[in-house]
Amino acid sequence: MKIVVCVKHVPDVQADRRFTDEGLVDRTQGDGTLNELDENAVEAALALVEAHGGEVVALTMGPADAEDAVRRALQMGADQAVHVQDDALAGSDVFATAGVLAAALRRIGEDGPVDLVVTGMAALDGLMSVVPSLIAAELGLPQATLAAELAVEDGAVRVRRDLDDATEVVRAPLPAVVSVTDQSNQPRYPNFKGIMAARKKPVTAWSLADLGVDPATVGAAGARTRVLEATPRPPRENRVLVNDDGDAGTRLAAYLVQNRLV
Amino acid sequence: MTPSGSEGVVLVVVDHQGATVRTPALELLTAARSLGRPEAVWLGAEAPSAAVLEQLGAHGAAVVHHLGVDPSGMLPASVAAVLGVAVEATGARTVLLVSTFENKEASAHLAFALQAGLVVDAAGVERADDGALVTVQQAFAGTWTLRSAVTTDRAVVALKANAVPAEVVDGAAVPSVVPHDVAVVAATRDAELLQRTERPVSERPSLTEAQVVVVGGRGTNGDFSQVEELADALGGAVGATRVATDEGWIGHEAQIGQTGVTISPRLYVGAGVSGAVHHRGGMQSSGTIVAINNDPEAPIFEIADYGIVGDLTTVLPQVAAEVRRLRAEAGEG
Ligand SMILES: Cc1cc2nc3c(=O)[nH]c(=O)nc-3n(C[C@H](O)[C@H](O)[C@H](O)COP(=O)(O)OP(=O)(O)OC[C@H]3O[C@@H](n4cnc5c(N)ncnc54)[C@H](O)[C@@H]3O)c2cc1C
Ligand SMILES: Nc1ncnc2c1ncn2[C@@H]1O[C@H](COP(=O)(O)O)[C@@H](O)[C@H]1O
Repeated sequence: MKIVVCVKHVPDVQADRRFTDEGLVDRTQGDGTLNELDENAVEAALALVEAHGGEVVALTMGPADAEDAVRRALQMGADQAVHVQDDALAGSDVFATAGVLAAALRRIGEDGPVDLVVTGMAALDGLMSVVPSLIAAELGLPQATLAAELAVEDGAVRVRRDLDDATEVVRAPLPAVVSVTDQSNQPRYPNFKGIMAARKKPVTAWSLADLGVDPATVGAAGARTRVLEATPRPPRENRVLVNDDGDAGTRLAAYLVQNRLV
Repeated sequence: MTPSGSEGVVLVVVDHQGATVRTPALELLTAARSLGRPEAVWLGAEAPSAAVLEQLGAHGAAVVHHLGVDPSGMLPASVAAVLGVAVEATGARTVLLVSTFENKEASAHLAFALQAGLVVDAAGVERADDGALVTVQQAFAGTWTLRSAVTTDRAVVALKANAVPAEVVDGAAVPSVVPHDVAVVAATRDAELLQRTERPVSERPSLTEAQVVVVGGRGTNGDFSQVEELADALGGAVGATRVATDEGWIGHEAQIGQTGVTISPRLYVGAGVSGAVHHRGGMQSSGTIVAINNDPEAPIFEIADYGIVGDLTTVLPQVAAEVRRLRAEAGEG
């Protein structure tokens, strides 16, 4: 089985995350990491290949630093990686991202068909959870997304997805797109051997020209939404912090009543 | 860029469970009134009942488009294909949905097909003076607020529950129903929904729609009874941190946060919750945040309007009892 896992390099959620004056995610702070939720995607891909044989290709689109994301996937055990990088990509929206990832997936498929595309459930910077659906739409592939459990059998992927008020079992014939949730597995931690081995694994760099993607369709200029304003949220005012001396619960009840919250 | 005028049709996809309209759908209709002419979209094997029509009309729907398929048997790509029929029939340039995981996926497919701009998890939506659609979103675990304009002619916006209060229109007429034939479109997808099990409806309000949510974390040590007791005293829903759901103390569907449910209730109460960034991402836009934690250094106190440094096992029952007492005193029983 040939599995491509899409991984994104995002600002560390524990760091002081910011927007630029242009309203784009500031990716210059140097504290980026592999999106934590994509570790679950890498883990899912590795586990499937361990069970069924095949190879895992890690794919990312992003600036120079984004190579760290695929490097991490290689350390975890992916066999090879592709990094799509181009100055024209800065400020790309989800449609451009999915379009470019789809173009890269087609290109990867030229060296042998891709059976499964695995993504995380969301990128922890934008938290849109839409790129997997858009990749499926771009490639005309069936999708089985938000998998809390997944298995490949009889040429199809079968997933369990837990939604707000229902649990579903979905079956999609391969090739297909799946996204996995943080419930689906416990990502492995790269060991010393994995880290050493990753140094020798190839990372292929592609530009938009390599993929035949028109630069006018991507980047901030091609985006379908434009940020007008990005403002840090002001701290909450009139905050109260009390030590419980035995009656804090009673006082809280009074506060709730006074503020018409009950 | 051809912004749609205020005359334009705004399609509102009505989430419903059986014959019951979910409150966020009424909020969307309210929001749609400031954007153009709201028309509702009802996916269901059965046409909406007279009571539902009256309710949708009262919230501003002039027309209800009936797409005759059962949405609970469909995957997002098919839902989008079916919604596309209503969009084409009405020429609507704006489509509003309630922001749930399922609807976000359907929104993506719909926006892809329409070449529309897409915003999910919006906390607000308005029409700018130049006619452009403008949305408000929270980012980075609620620490930033963004205002964005859709630059394409068409827009698909998934709006969070509780973003705007639902309001009725005085003297509204009962909307007319327009049926659309969608059977063929609905059947043209290649992933298969083998099974769908609806969770039993809880006695408590649903987590996304609740005005009050009481959340328990690791500090509960597995005993959620006091969290439930306070939720019931306040008429609210019960939520949890990932630690609590991972431990199996409560179902995963109760998880609040970046990988769980996003909530914006009027009142959030967190007990034994440290306030990790992953958790904050799902609750920081709540109206009033109350935290009960025995560690004065807990990060949740940085965002709490009202923090109590104390043991939740003594504080929670005391609040619940006092709330019940004050309510009884005020004659509410
Ligand atoms: C990719 C990823 C996604 C995640 N997504 C989510 C998510 O969606 N939602 C989520 O919640 N978490 C999520 N997490 C986990 C998150 O990082 C935290 O681990 C989790 O939120 C902590 O839960 P907690 O506050 O219950 O536990 P802890 O952090 O252990 O905090 C427990 C708190 O209880 C207090 N306490 C203990 N005893 C008492 C007592 N008797 N009275 C009062 N206070 C007491 C302690 O002082 C402490 O502050 C995610 C993590 C990752 C890596
Ligand atoms: N620039 C990117 N490069 C590679 N994968 C991506 C990129 N953006 C999004 N993805 C994948 O799509 C998933 C969902 O992202 P999103 O829709 O942005 O929340 C992520 O978990 C990744 O697996």
